[in-house]
Order: sequence, then C-alpha cells, then structure tokens
Amino acid sequence: MPEILDQARTQVLENGVGLDEAGVLAVLNLPDEHVPAALQLAHEVRMRWCGPEVEVEGIVSLKTGGCPEDCHFCSQSGLFTSPVRSVWLDIPALVEAAKQTAATGATEFCIVAAVRGPDARLMKQLREGVDAIRAEVDIQVAASLGMLTQEQVDELVEMGVHRYNHNLETCRSYFPNVVTTHSWEERWETLTMVRASGMEVCCGGILGLGETVEQRAEFAAQLAALDPHEVPLNFLNPRPGTPLADRPVVEGRDALRAIAAFRLAMPRTILRYAGGRELTLGDLGTRDGLLGGINAVIVGNYLTTLGRPATDDLKLLDDLKMPVKALSATL
Amino acid sequence: MTELVEPAAGPPRPRDAGAPVGPGGAPCWCDRCGESVAAGPHEACAAARALEPPRWCASCRRRMKVQVLPSGWSAVCVEHGEIRG
Ligand code: SF4
Ligand SMILES: [Zn+2]
Ligand SMILES: [Zn+2]
Repeated sequence: MPEILDQARTQVLENGVGLDEAGVLAVLNLPDEHVPAALQLAHEVRMRWCGPEVEVEGIVSLKTGGCPEDCHFCSQSGLFTSPVRSVWLDIPALVEAAKQTAATGATEFCIVAAVRGPDARLMKQLREGVDAIRAEVDIQVAASLGMLTQEQVDELVEMGVHRYNHNLETCRSYFPNVVTTHSWEERWETLTMVRASGMEVCCGGILGLGETVEQRAEFAAQLAALDPHEVPLNFLNPRPGTPLADRPVVEGRDALRAIAAFRLAMPRTILRYAGGRELTLGDLGTRDGLLGGINAVIVGNYLTTLGRPATDDLKLLDDLKMPVKALSATL
Repeated sequence: MTELVEPAAGPPRPRDAGAPVGPGGAPCWCDRCGESVAAGPHEACAAARALEPPRWCASCRRRMKVQVLPSGWSAVCVEHGEIRG
C-alpha cells in the first residue's frame, strides 16, 4: 500500500481531516495499479463522513449564450465563433423544467445564466421564476448568475435561493491562462459574500483545461480552503469554436484519480458529477466514480449539451444501493 | 448582456439561405458543424450529436436558437420552424 494511502486512512478516514496539497499531488501521481485502492479509500471516506445518500440535481439555462466574458472552455461566450445563439427561457418553460427535475426525485434545481453578473432584468426574471417554481414544485432552488454585488447577494437570500454556484474553474496560478476578462480573485470575492450571507456555497471547476497535475492539486487545496458545501467536478468537453476546442478529453483513469484525490482533500463536501463525465468516463467509469468518492449527480441534460437519460443514472444508483437524498433531509 | 449575438466569423451562409432541402428531401447541411453534407462523412459530428442538440438548420444553414431543458431540447430556425428532441 502506498504511504500516502496509509496516511490518508488515518488522517482522512479516521479523523476527518482532508489531505493537503502535497498529499493530493501524491494521490494524483499514484501508479495505475494503486488507483483502485485510492478509489476504495475515497469511497469509505465518503460513506463515513457523508453517508450513502446521493444528492440529485437538475440544471437549466435561464439565459443562454452571448456572455461578454472569455472563459476559454465556454461555448456561451459571445467572444468566440461558437454556434450557440443567445436565448432566454420563459417562466412557464422554467417551471416545466423544475417539474421535470422534481419528477426524477431530485431535490435541487439550479437556475443558470450566462452573464458576467446579473443585471436588473435578470434579477427580475429570476425572482418571477423562483416565485413560480415555489408555488408549484417541491424542490430547492439554487442559482448561478456569475459575480454578484452585496445587494444582489441579499436579494437572492430574500428570494429564498438556498445555494449559490460560482465555480473557480481552475487553480489560481492557471486561471489567467483560461480567463482574461476577470480574475480568480473577483470570483473569490463573490464566494466570500455568498458564504457570509448564509447561502450554501457551491464551487468547483473543470479538469482538463491544460493545467498540470501539480495545478490540479493546487486547485483541490484551494477548494478545500474555501470549504464549499458542494463541489461540482466537470471534465472538459471541448466545444467547437472555443479556444479549447482541440484539447484532448481527460483520460478516464486520470479522472478517477482526481475524484479520489478531491474526496480525500474534502471528506465532508458534496462532490458532484457535473459536465463531461459521459465523454471522459462512460458508463463503467461513471460507476467507478460513484464507488470512489462521488456522492451527487446532475441528472438529465446540461446547459448547452446533453447528458445520459436521468433514468439511467437512477437505475445505477439503485443497483449500487445508494439512496437518493430526500427533500426532507435537505431542509 | 447581449441578445442574439451573431458570431464575428463562422462558416459563410449560402446565398440561397432558406432554400429547401436537397434532392429527395436529404439535408444539405450538417446540423452540428454547419458544413455541406456532401463535403465529408461527418462521422465525428454524428457521434457528437448523441450528446449535443443540433445547432445549424440542416435545410438552410442558419444558426438555430436552441434551448436545452433537463429532459429535452428545442431548436428553432426562423425559416424552417422548430424541431424537438
Ligand atoms: S462567465 Fe460563465 S457563461 Fe460567461 S464565458 Fe465564462 S463560463 Fe461562459
Ligand atoms: Zn458536420
Ligand atoms: Zn432553416
């Protein structure tokens, strides 16, 4: 057994203290033959500190495309020659999307907008949408609207948005290679305000942007320092027209290493499968990740791309005897 | 926040945008990459489409307004109307 896994067994599994950056790097550098042991340990950590429940979420894009920012992985930036056109979702369609999501047994519904930060029109649309959903659907509403002012944070709390997603996307040292129109520190500022407001913090990122293994470890350590309630883990799905269109997808084995390492860095967080898993991991890898530290999934489609049918994921959870977290457990 | 931003560049539109589909009703344009169907096999596009909605109208090569929802999608061409999946 590699020394780092022995250390993690005591430190993380028994004492609930996450690995530091050096420890995460050691896990990310484990030879292939030790990856199953790392996943097994990460699974034990998840079961011990989070339990067997899996949190199921659906997401929808309230405002798609035409974003003024230049995140190099994103097909919704208006600065690239992506074929994604700008479009707004109306309130009845938003409520219908929330209903579809709730029908899968999901407890979370995240409303997302492709913006630098919300303007008055978007906040108004969101307020109407949240009110309409709350009147008709039994589900927790989360939001992801980019960078916020303190006034907007307060408004979201008052609307009843219980969790706010704002991804750091990658580690601080690599961020300027991926985004030039705003800084990692600006994102951090929004996260700090969200945390102070009492909303739950959801913050993750994308692996496979061209970062080194060392930078992946740096990212895990920076997320652990933030201590988010939830960490969505995406794997790059290279989008036509974006600067990262020709990047290779993350190898399945490296994705699994990262899942184990991020779990060992953050024993108590909700570690969620987000975009790109279908491409990077396929069906078999998806199962391996759920048995290797993942305890939440986005079901159904993403914002501009499609996912597996929700029924496939729900069947997999059933096969694995992992109960879907009930709404009563989240309130 | 800007609505309906056309990309600065991208495949040029055919002069007869809005023309009907090709002989026998076959689509003229790949709905994923927007290039001519006749120009290549588009096998990679077809594979990618398993996890993507269409982006280009197969009849006229206009970029469609696409809305992805948790359990489906809709794509609207201003000339040829809406398709759903
Ligand atoms: S801010 Fe969000 S929507 Fe805009 S380009 Fe970046 S990732 Fe895409
Ligand atoms: Zn094509
Ligand atoms: Zn058309």
